[in-house]
Amino acid sequence: MSDIALEVTDLKKHFPIKQGIVFKSTVGQVKAVDGVSLQLRKGETLGVVGESGCGKSTLAKMLVGLEKPTGGSISVRGEDVTRLGKAGMRRLRRNVQMVFQDPYTSLNPRMTVGDIIGEPFEIHEDAVPKSGRRRAVQDLLDMVGLNPDHINRYPHQFSGGQRQRIGIARALALKPEILICDEPVSALDVSIQGQVINLLEQLQDDLGLSYVFIAHDLSVVRHISDRVAVMYLGRVVEIGNEDEIYDSPMHPYTQALLSAVPVPDPTLRGHRDEIILEGDVPSPANPPSGCRFRTRCWKATDKCASEEPLLQIRQGAPHANACHFAAPRDVVHAVD
Amino acid sequence: MADVKFQSEILPELDPSAPLLDVRDLQVEFRTRDGIAKAVNGANFTVNRGETLAIVGESGSGKSVTSQAIMGILETPPAKIAGGEVLFHGVDLLTLSKERKRRVRANHVAMVFQDALSALNPVYTVGFQLAELFRKHRGMSKAEAKKKSLELLDLVKIPAAAQRINEYPHQFSGGMRQRVMIAMALALDPDLLIADEPTTALDVTVQAQIMRLLAEIQAERQMGLILITHDLGVVADVADKISVMYAGRIVEQAPVLDLFGKPAHPYTKALLRSIPRLDTKGQKLEVIEGLPPVLTNIPPGCAFAARCHYAQDVCRTDIPLLETVAADRAAACHFSAEVINGE
Amino acid sequence: MSDVSTPKPSKQRSLWSDAFHDLRKRPTVIVSVVVLLVVFAIAFFPSLFTSVDYKQCDIALTKAGPVSGHPLGFDEFGCDLYSQAIYGAGPSIQLALMVVVITLLVGGFIGVLAGFYGRWVDAIFSRIVDIFSSVPFLLGSILLLAMFRDVDLPLISGQFELIIPAVLTLALFGWTNTMRLIRASVMEARSQDYVHAARSLGAADGRIMFRHILPNAMAPVVSLIPLSIGGLISAEATLSFLGLGIKPPSITWGIMISNGAGWFTGGYPRLLIVPSIFLIVTVLAFVLLGDAIRDALDPKLR
Repeated sequence: MSDIALEVTDLKKHFPIKQGIVFKSTVGQVKAVDGVSLQLRKGETLGVVGESGCGKSTLAKMLVGLEKPTGGSISVRGEDVTRLGKAGMRRLRRNVQMVFQDPYTSLNPRMTVGDIIGEPFEIHEDAVPKSGRRRAVQDLLDMVGLNPDHINRYPHQFSGGQRQRIGIARALALKPEILICDEPVSALDVSIQGQVINLLEQLQDDLGLSYVFIAHDLSVVRHISDRVAVMYLGRVVEIGNEDEIYDSPMHPYTQALLSAVPVPDPTLRGHRDEIILEGDVPSPANPPSGCRFRTRCWKATDKCASEEPLLQIRQGAPHANACHFAAPRDVVHAVD
Repeated sequence: MADVKFQSEILPELDPSAPLLDVRDLQVEFRTRDGIAKAVNGANFTVNRGETLAIVGESGSGKSVTSQAIMGILETPPAKIAGGEVLFHGVDLLTLSKERKRRVRANHVAMVFQDALSALNPVYTVGFQLAELFRKHRGMSKAEAKKKSLELLDLVKIPAAAQRINEYPHQFSGGMRQRVMIAMALALDPDLLIADEPTTALDVTVQAQIMRLLAEIQAERQMGLILITHDLGVVADVADKISVMYAGRIVEQAPVLDLFGKPAHPYTKALLRSIPRLDTKGQKLEVIEGLPPVLTNIPPGCAFAARCHYAQDVCRTDIPLLETVAADRAAACHFSAEVINGE
Repeated sequence: MSDVSTPKPSKQRSLWSDAFHDLRKRPTVIVSVVVLLVVFAIAFFPSLFTSVDYKQCDIALTKAGPVSGHPLGFDEFGCDLYSQAIYGAGPSIQLALMVVVITLLVGGFIGVLAGFYGRWVDAIFSRIVDIFSSVPFLLGSILLLAMFRDVDLPLISGQFELIIPAVLTLALFGWTNTMRLIRASVMEARSQDYVHAARSLGAADGRIMFRHILPNAMAPVVSLIPLSIGGLISAEATLSFLGLGIKPPSITWGIMISNGAGWFTGGYPRLLIVPSIFLIVTVLAFVLLGDAIRDALDPKLR
């Protein structure tokens, strides 16, 4: 068998913009995800970074089947799940699970922890026999570092970090191979973030999981990821190993993004290579022609407006990027 | 400019030689169903003109409540200021009459919030909201007020300000809205600006724009700036000095280089080690095990003791006071000498 | 203050029992519950409170003041005012309860469908609701009751025959509010992450609706039940006052108010004030209880 856990090819999700109340007509398309291709290898963590509106959350939703792609394919173990019927989707659910961002809205406040973590067993009745379910839920609680005796408590009796652990336990109940983590620590306090990140890393080692780790915090993504994809306006603009992306970013957007992250080290103040981008991200309903980043790019020329740069390995770098004028620039370590 | 203001002000007792803001032993309590929560339990700090103080802490540490108490925007009840002084140029804002308090705050202290969309009034244009400030507090004519509003929008670098002045808050992007709020905060030329998580809701490239703008304006106007944040990266970039809060108390106070270089409190030290860094891949994160205490039920002794590697018996019985540990710096730990020397 | 209310280690409570604990401590709740218990007792067991027959009237005693055995005196027809007020509670309360049950069932069912499925289901039902809402409630009820005033309803008889037309009318114009409310809270619950989580686990529509959405969407509706009972009692009084609600020989507070109104300035304010106090105290108790439940179920007010 190949070592690819999940493969996404030319994936698209366009949301129609509708007008009118009774007789709706489509007046445009928001191209939230517009032609994304990725591979997730077994046992690795693929980080996906980008700013709001880049499509990373929509991508996550498509990967777990919460949104139906407009085009392209998602294959799990070599099987195209976008063409699966209901039964096939149920099989997919058992293989790909999601960890949500907000530990306060992702748990039903009127269910006990036992019911929340046990719900997957009720939906997939063959997963664990009825008599063993309570035991299984307690094992899961133990696995994520919570007290198994707290099975009858309600979510609001737990802190944010503990709730996130409950969410992780629920995602692991069906023994999936792949976890899609959508901003799993961004709602947590700094000192709690580390606990959850360490838990995710330990579970990956113990269970051989593959992660797609979506986040806007580039430091967290660097810490946990083996490979990183950078998204901008529905497209991947650069993808490579973690050290390639962080130490020698090729795409101007990646460089700007990395340079904007404040580093908790006051001795670097004024010595960092800061690229301050002008303006805001354009609307995904009406993206710029050619290269989508060109409206904010200091390197842009006429070529960028007319010719769309493809995501490919270009001269000067071992990893793929989508820029006509790609050149390495170490913005993270730069000290003048 | 500030001196002119002093003479014309209604508060002659303001003492220009006293520190811009001097908070002494501030205590704020919240009435909750589970009892009294001591959200701020004796906060002391000063801010001078042209200085940036960062108050750092996690949710529930009391950093936002502190800023709200200074601004006088705490909802009382459930909150109650149980003690302390907030001295603005020597005058205690907590004991002033309502009207004079309002006047000092309107003319001298301004605040920038995390969520600009809910801080701006959705039914008025941005220009109207700005002009209203000038007309109400400065008695300007309509035309004058509009001219001043435009200048401000230019100052905070809103492109095509002349057109955008007639737009409503929802027509602005998150970053632009934050600029509008900064413009409103600067309108009456405050001496002290309090920014409560001003960039937390923004994307990182926009955050960089806003922080740079704030730093520029502060340097130019020589304002005092209190930056409330949980982001140690932002703090390292802009703060002059830092107060670290934990469970309602200030546990460490130090100039920025000292704090990051040699933290004197175990909590600060652990916090600095627990954040992943952009510039190194790093090993397994050192985490602070456990949770902060429940504010309605803070254990005796040091609130951090249960999560602390340095903790001894004394920490579980005696509350450590915030004491000077070196020049310009203080920590509230029985073992700060060991912590600072990295033992 | 989500900031300060970090975990409570030892106590174990659900949101509902939490709300219940909260309610028990409020004086307004205790007072309104006591008042309502008395009102319900009066409504369902009027004979416990008076042995006087409210239909036994003596025209010679018209508007006579209180005498022994008749603590509140007599009305214009010489009927005992106290026993009328006692027997007047029953039809009002029964009517309000019936209307609430009907609107909850109809409005709730349609609201869940519209909120859960959205799109054309929602579009159709929402337009129907708009049509109903565009007719002023009182005008619509008056028209409808006036139009069918003399039509005999088949299949029902006895006491219910007298209140059913008012029940149907009030329900017809009342279900839209319930529907809107439930639709809105279902839509809100539908977009929560715990619903997405259940979906990504492969949960079927039924499970999502009954396990996840309904229990969470019910809270705002539950707190509205006492409020709407209070409103319905007043609405019934209004209709009766206009001679269109529950018909004599049944007695209701509305009918009493209608009869008493004419004598208010004629030297007998008692005939209006007595039923009005019964009505106001009851409605107020329902409203206060509803307010308290709403606050107790709102986690943001914690």
